[in-house]
Amino acid sequence: MENRPLEYDYTVAKLFMYNAIFVGVAGMLAGVILAWQMAFPQFNYILGVNFAEYTNFGRLRAIHTDSVIYGFVLSAVWSSWYYIGQRVLKVSMAESKLLMFVGKAHFWIYMAASVIIVIGLQLGITSSKEYSEFEWPIDAGIVIVWVLWGISIFGLIGIRREKSLYISIWYFIATFLAVAMLHIFNNAEIPTYFASGGIGAWYHSVSMYAGTNDALVQWWFGHNAVAFVLTTPIIAMIYYFLPKESGQAVYSYKLSLLAFWGLMFVYLWAGGHHLLFSTVPDWMQTMGSVFSVVLILPSWGSAVNMLLTMRGEWQQVATSPLIKFMVMASTFYMFSTLEGPIQAIKSVNALAHFTDWIIGHVHDGALGWVGFMVIAAIFHMAPRIFKREIYSRSLMSTQFWIQTLGVILYFTSMWIAGITQGMMWRAHDEYGNLAYSFIDTVVVLHPYFTIRAVGGTLYLVGMFMFAYNMYKTMTSSRVIEESELQNATPMGA
Amino acid sequence: MDIATFQAYGFFFFTAFMVVVLYSYIYHLYSSQKKGTRDYEKYGNIALNDDITDQPIEMVSKDDETKK
Repeated sequence: MENRPLEYDYTVAKLFMYNAIFVGVAGMLAGVILAWQMAFPQFNYILGVNFAEYTNFGRLRAIHTDSVIYGFVLSAVWSSWYYIGQRVLKVSMAESKLLMFVGKAHFWIYMAASVIIVIGLQLGITSSKEYSEFEWPIDAGIVIVWVLWGISIFGLIGIRREKSLYISIWYFIATFLAVAMLHIFNNAEIPTYFASGGIGAWYHSVSMYAGTNDALVQWWFGHNAVAFVLTTPIIAMIYYFLPKESGQAVYSYKLSLLAFWGLMFVYLWAGGHHLLFSTVPDWMQTMGSVFSVVLILPSWGSAVNMLLTMRGEWQQVATSPLIKFMVMASTFYMFSTLEGPIQAIKSVNALAHFTDWIIGHVHDGALGWVGFMVIAAIFHMAPRIFKREIYSRSLMSTQFWIQTLGVILYFTSMWIAGITQGMMWRAHDEYGNLAYSFIDTVVVLHPYFTIRAVGGTLYLVGMFMFAYNMYKTMTSSRVIEESELQNATPMGA
Repeated sequence: MDIATFQAYGFFFFTAFMVVVLYSYIYHLYSSQKKGTRDYEKYGNIALNDDITDQPIEMVSKDDETKK
């Protein structure tokens, strides 16, 4: 035993990977049910009238968003952290019993909190804050999970052999620090039972902020949850996985650094665009718009850097479905980081706000950028963790095309639906009377809601193919040698 | 000047200051690469040469450890 050469230890990365795959399928299944409910309301009774309380849109919506964001994505982010962190710092988790213990505690406490969250949301227990629905005991649990991750990050950095922190590490650190700050400030809340001397449920709480202030803090949080859960850790992943898989060093390391600081500087101030034409001060709304437009620069800095990393190696996009996922992910990143700023311009927002265009925007980012990058990361890591080749290249390729078609159907239908909706809401006659009632818009939008549900279903079909491919990879694929794992991921037919 | 106006002006000048800092950093990155003070591009290889047996691009030296 003592003479065994030192190896990276992927125990914790593996645990988080299992959860990412499972919750990815489950969370997107919830999303697809919601999409069909929007098109055909009878899907609210998918398990019969007796279970309608648990299957209606209101209950499932938070389960979908929270499980995809904090289940699927965060698990994949942490799986990637416990994989990339060791490799670019050139230190093994096996070298520190403490860090291994912290990593496992991180996973199991997170799993316990996740189970309680799902049960709580199914029972309708929420603090009514979007993407932050959890009551105070869970918020406290999240702090513990986050602190454990922090110990893991800085602990591993503390015992590293590589002096310089690779750009991905900077993005992971940014994720850790920003989400810590966002979570604490947005969830500053008063447990009502204890504050009132025993009135109401012990787990219930109310926000410390009220009215406009509450909305401002909520959207400062909400937008930066997109920034620091759905963007920065995903950039951390692509900055490692694309160069590694393609065998090409990042196109410009300097550009990666300045895009990083640009993103840090700009992103935190853009959340005001969620509150345009509301009661927040006008200068804050303008600031939200301006910073959103400026945000194009650092976002495209990273995305262009990724695409240029493939310079001279574009044939890999044709030959490797894994590279396809990553190149499509960075393309969708460019696309949604252009679309978002356009929607944040006041005059465009006057049309787009509250419409399905916003839902389309969220999903071309979430499915096209985040989803594809997470899938690519897991495909890259699995053979290195399980020492087996990817079970099927053709299944991966089919998954890619089915899911791409799904995303396209999703966002195009939502564009048309959203702009139609916005135009109909604002249409009026010469006396200022509204031209349409709400139900008129519902009738017109119905076909697009159906197309969206079909698009979502296609993406879900791809997720099932992904889960099957991964299951076969873990259990029965060809065992490979270390020498096959240098760059391009080995795949079976 | 009420507090909201003060905040708005404060934010504007803070932003302007941060822009100067960011652009100075960009200038610093590219000028040090050009002068040969520091080769930032070599750090891109950290992702490629990442086996535990690979030589680190820059080793954490014994000196650094004693400084800590």
